Amino acid sequence: MFDLTGKCALITGASGGLGGAIAKVLHDAGATVALSGTREAPLQALAETLGERAHVLPCNLSDRAAVEALPGQAAKAMGSVDILVNNAGITADGLMLRMSDEQWDKVIEVNLTAAMKLSRGVLRGMMKARWGRIVNISSIVGASGNGGQANYAASKAGMIGMSKSLAQEVASRGVTVNAVAPGFITTDMTAALNDDQKASLLAQVPAGRMGEADEIAAAVLYLASNEAAYVTGATLHVNGGMSMY
Amino acid sequence: MSDIADRVKKIVVEHLGVEEEKVTENASFIDDLGADSLDTVELVMAFEEEFGIEIPDDAAETIQTFGDAVKFISEAS
Repeated sequence: MFDLTGKCALITGASGGLGGAIAKVLHDAGATVALSGTREAPLQALAETLGERAHVLPCNLSDRAAVEALPGQAAKAMGSVDILVNNAGITADGLMLRMSDEQWDKVIEVNLTAAMKLSRGVLRGMMKARWGRIVNISSIVGASGNGGQANYAASKAGMIGMSKSLAQEVASRGVTVNAVAPGFITTDMTAALNDDQKASLLAQVPAGRMGEADEIAAAVLYLASNEAAYVTGATLHVNGGMSMY
Repeated sequence: MSDIADRVKKIVVEHLGVEEEKVTENASFIDDLGADSLDTVELVMAFEEEFGIEIPDDAAETIQTFGDAVKFISEAS
């Protein structure tokens, strides 16, 4: 089950905790991986840990020309892009009353627009191959909203709407498009919270603990696999029961 | 029939799974040959590859029939 031997996966945000875990799980399942991210050093370190079948492709997702070029670079490095994981995401929190246009624009650009451009860039190859997997890493706040994160929540809700629409367009070509919506996961993004903040968050989680990056990666592996061929346009919530949609 | 028309016809027949006789000059990909909008995008992709040309989106929209495709490709290549 879930064997990805011979498949080639492009993962954005692979220099972060979640992206790194996703890359490792797909690689362990046999996939060749292209690790993309803004910080080259952690990407190189991850590639060295993984060994063979790992390529490093640094890319700043707020640079539109670089985003346009990335699918081609990944296909050149690996031979094809069969699996795309749009994992990269940034936050720039603030109450909407005080949110600047820049704060809004940069979060939408990196989280949503780049995901659209990368998806568009890999579709040709997937459609011709009659096989493809796009997995968009959304967030629980894309479904629930979150005060102080209007930009982030909008981008993550946007990914879900985009996934569902594209899923309808390309389902007949063997290409599936799904989203994974993590709840509170132990990553750098949540490490910034203090103990009081964590305690109040955990009070809302029936599972009584934060999730681990590996638990998100496992969801991605499933959606990327042959076995998930009949799952498309879905959002898989991985949140310890925090919110049930 | 020109070489280009033969090659275009071959792509259309293979891609849409239609009888060769149905691929006539005025046959519309969507109305007569059963293509959906995604098929038309894929046909254009296949033409680009076969003939080594680039077909911009606004031009692609004007290619509605087999004859349109042959004409466009003949002029472009």
